[in-house]
Amino acid sequence: MASIVQFENVGLRYGTGQETLSDVSFQLGAGTFYFLTGASGAGKTSLLKLLYLAQRPSRGIIRLFGEDAVTMSRDRLPAMRRRMGVVFQDFRLIPHLSAWDNIALPLRVAGLPEDEVEQPVREMLAWVGLAERAHARPATLSGGEQQRVAIARAVVGRPEILVADEPTGNVDPDMADRLIHLFESMNKLGTTVVVATHDFHLLGRVPGAQMMRLDRGRLLDPTGSLRHPPNEIDP
Amino acid sequence: MSARATTRRVLDDAGGFSAMTWVMTIMLFLTLLAAAGGLGLRSATVALDRQLEGRLTVQVIDGNAVRREATAARAIALLRRLPGVVQVERVPAEELARLVRPWLGTDADDADLPMPAMIDVDLAGAEATAAVSTALARVSPTIRVDRHESWMSPVSGFMTSLSWLAAALVLLMLAATTAVVTLAARAGLESHRATIEVMHMLGSTDVQVARLFQRRIALDAALGGGVGGMAALATLAFLGWRLTALDSQLLTGIRLGVVDWLALALVPLAFVGLATLAARATVIGALRRTL
Repeated sequence: MASIVQFENVGLRYGTGQETLSDVSFQLGAGTFYFLTGASGAGKTSLLKLLYLAQRPSRGIIRLFGEDAVTMSRDRLPAMRRRMGVVFQDFRLIPHLSAWDNIALPLRVAGLPEDEVEQPVREMLAWVGLAERAHARPATLSGGEQQRVAIARAVVGRPEILVADEPTGNVDPDMADRLIHLFESMNKLGTTVVVATHDFHLLGRVPGAQMMRLDRGRLLDPTGSLRHPPNEIDP
Repeated sequence: MSARATTRRVLDDAGGFSAMTWVMTIMLFLTLLAAAGGLGLRSATVALDRQLEGRLTVQVIDGNAVRREATAARAIALLRRLPGVVQVERVPAEELARLVRPWLGTDADDADLPMPAMIDVDLAGAEATAAVSTALARVSPTIRVDRHESWMSPVSGFMTSLSWLAAALVLLMLAATTAVVTLAARAGLESHRATIEVMHMLGSTDVQVARLFQRRIALDAALGGGVGGMAALATLAFLGWRLTALDSQLLTGIRLGVVDWLALALVPLAFVGLATLAARATVIGALRRTL
């Protein structure tokens, strides 16, 4: 199985403080499902930021889709980012746009004509159970609904990697189950999924998912499977 | 709603007359007035120069009235024979008396007053001036030739300076507009930082983000340009009406030709183009400093 993400001895330091991430090394196989866990402040969000190219590391090597992401020119970043879907912890929906338009945004940014935007957006809204709230603005949606819109926006473009930072933090357990099921469906369609969470109950919900655990900026990999992903995901 | 319309609203819903639109309105109004003033003065200067070029006044200054009249008659006869002379006209004694009456009162009509004989001469071109002056000097040393151009040149020079000043004002206005747009674009980038970050994370290019700002600023400039342009047009029409009512010989040259009006019509378009380019350059420049 080809790895589409490689981190080698990656370190991240903000300003002149201590390293937030130290010597992080792992590989993500295409089409795999990973949970990223760790206590608050362990560096989960920082690691995800490196993954979705919102941050450059202070040291080390990062390869995404076979390209060096550390020295990659700014002009290449938009194309790389379009291959990823990101669910932000704070949703980051555009407040002036309806749920429909928020979900449609990645497709429009990618330059798709409007007739190719409508169907995927309609499907996504139905998928996250918000077909009736298509024209509602984020301010009129509950926290859980906003989160579902954010998830729909992240997956509408069928990304190769889906990165989600605490995607179930604002929803009830039933909805959390549904969302994880949605991620699993994406994963079965071939998307590599990385979900950062400190909800240990979720970890058992996805059979075959691997766990990455961060502890004070260091990745714990006692089995070595993160450096050398298994060839197949167990059923 | 179309993709373009939706993307346009990504920044916010604000529309209509914003503070930026007012700034654009005022800037364009002042720029158009300065430009119209400059163009009007330039045309007045050209008209004045054309009017004065090749116009002479010949004076025969002699205390002896008989000799003066004889010299004047010979000068007129000579002038009528000289090539390049278009028109020769003796200024009537009544006209001379009228000119000095404000200073001399009724004494101006005194026949014994030693007034110079004056002859207005129109030449085909300024190049004939030297030949005419030389020929007249041979007639009598009491003849003096005044070129209208020489005593009106300070006025012409002053009007040219005013034209350049107006051009400088237009350039300053455009520079100020660029500065205002740059500041507005920077402020917009700051206030929409979160949205821009999301747009980047969704794969937006710098040019796509810049387009959001430049479209917005272009709209402000176009709206401000329309209102400012109408206000400037109304002001110019009012000034034109007042100028016509003055019936001044010096000011009648201040007029705007077809080319001038076309140039003025291009100013709002240039304004919108400049504002758009300034916004684009500012946003792309600022985004290049981010990841």
